[in-house]
Amino acid sequence: MERDIHFVTGVYEDEDVLLQAITQVRSSGIKIHEVYSPYPVHGIDDYLGYKRSKLPIAAFLFGLLGITLALTMQFYMMGFDWPMIIGGKDNAPLPSFIPVTFEITVLLASFGMVGVFMVSTNLKPWAQPRIFDLRITDDKHVMAIDIANNSAMELAKIEEILKSSGASEVNKKSFE
Amino acid sequence: MAHDVQHYNLDQKFDFTASTKKLVFTVLGIGAAILLLGIVLAMFGGGHHEATEAEGHAFHWYERLYANIWINNVYFTGIAIIGVFFFAIQYASQAGWSTAILRVMLSLGNWLPIAGVLMIVTFFVANHDLFHWTHAYLFDKASPEYDSIIDGKGSFFYWPMAKGTFPIFYIFRMVLFFGFWVFFFKKFQQFTYNEDIIGGTSSWYKIRSWSAFFLIFFAVSSSIAAWDWVMSIDTHWFSTLFGWYVFSSWFVAGLSTITLITIFLKSKGLLEMVNENHVHDLGKFIFGFTIFWAYLWFSQFLLIYYANIPEETVYFVERLSSDIYGPYIFVNLALNFVLPFLLLMTRDSKRHGVFLKLVCALIIAGHWVDFFLMVQPGTLGHNGGVGFMEVGMFLIYGAAFTFVVLSGLAKGNLVPKNHPMLEESYHHHI
Repeated sequence: MERDIHFVTGVYEDEDVLLQAITQVRSSGIKIHEVYSPYPVHGIDDYLGYKRSKLPIAAFLFGLLGITLALTMQFYMMGFDWPMIIGGKDNAPLPSFIPVTFEITVLLASFGMVGVFMVSTNLKPWAQPRIFDLRITDDKHVMAIDIANNSAMELAKIEEILKSSGASEVNKKSFE
Repeated sequence: MAHDVQHYNLDQKFDFTASTKKLVFTVLGIGAAILLLGIVLAMFGGGHHEATEAEGHAFHWYERLYANIWINNVYFTGIAIIGVFFFAIQYASQAGWSTAILRVMLSLGNWLPIAGVLMIVTFFVANHDLFHWTHAYLFDKASPEYDSIIDGKGSFFYWPMAKGTFPIFYIFRMVLFFGFWVFFFKKFQQFTYNEDIIGGTSSWYKIRSWSAFFLIFFAVSSSIAAWDWVMSIDTHWFSTLFGWYVFSSWFVAGLSTITLITIFLKSKGLLEMVNENHVHDLGKFIFGFTIFWAYLWFSQFLLIYYANIPEETVYFVERLSSDIYGPYIFVNLALNFVLPFLLLMTRDSKRHGVFLKLVCALIIAGHWVDFFLMVQPGTLGHNGGVGFMEVGMFLIYGAAFTFVVLSGLAKGNLVPKNHPMLEESYHHHI
């Protein structure tokens, strides 16, 4: 049975206690898997030492792709595939293409960003969410610690640190 | 974590030192020298432009001087009123993040009384040279130069007097706008500095109420000011979004000025409360409204280009097909949209480093080019261009504006120490 346990979870009642606990737990050398809270806790990224998201880069690249696709499509269609004169303009009038280019750029940038976000945060529709504790949707903050990532430390030691950091409960949780 | 702002020196004042003043006056002197050089060159070297147009009046060097004064009048008036406008927005939207830099915004308004006097004096000195509609013969049906289109628009300038006489409605609007803008500016100033003495929240509520009235007045007056002072130069032509276009140009330039002054004050070790989070927000404003400006510029252009109606396209034909102004259209777009858009895209460039300062400087120069393109083709035609006179006049106005604004800023505390949201501004974190 002992081998099936993969996570230790600390349950916290209060946001401020949680933020202090994160600092304490991290400074004792434990790697935190994730912290779950019922609402966004301001500044928690800094406490957890998260690096900044690379999502804007994805958005920029998808935007570039959108610009390229839109302009290529319009120049090819209007300029080469089936040239037409509309309103006395050239076959390939750049100003007329800008609104469509803008729309496709925004569309691809936003869809691409949402897609990358969903995949990278495991929010894809077929993903199996890991619920560490049902009360994270109600009123409890839960800190999850992956035992495999902290193999250097004994389980009892981890539990003790969590308790001393202000956790009201310390539980074990495993997933299939 | 300190939970209050009391350990900062909230009574800090900006000291407009002699060395800073000397720098400003040096720029003013350089500007004056360049302007003088430009005038001398124009007086003795400008003879090769023969007056060949149908209107047929010979070109004089002082027309270019007047056009330059007008460009800078409109431009710096805009930057000044945007300071007051942005201040009012903070109160009307009950914003807390900006509290520490409120006085920087408001200080831009110090230029307004001077701008008003300059504007009215310039109008009376240079009216025929700047505004085609001031010629009385346009409204005289017996005259061969009678212009039925301008005659139709004449009441907008001359009502209730006869068309072609004294533009009383136009002057009335100019006085009214400057009068109210200065009035609101003085009111805001009085309330916010009084707050330092009396404390409490009453000043905040009063400024919020006055802000609401100011914003309503500004929404109407900024648009009409743009028609009056800029669009009426090309009297036949009109654009329904011109008011917003001019406003957005002013707004981006004003935001850049606020940001530059904030960064300057920080480099002097003042405004300790202001950190990269506040600067980041200003950067986001600049980034966003840069796009807003480009959106309006392009909206105006695209509809005119696509509909291709001669009376509308004339505005862009005059500019794009001109050897003098054509290139500046692209300079305008590059300085005011492409470069700021690419340079300010990342988070770091908005928070620290030289990028924000660089972009602010580019934008302040860029929107001058924008106004140059609005004013000069209609007033000077092929006799315009960016030369010594333009650069010199811009430097003179810039230095005078800086001097007036910084002197105003030095008069009171930099931070509204009794503002009810000071704490929120201190904890602002994004």
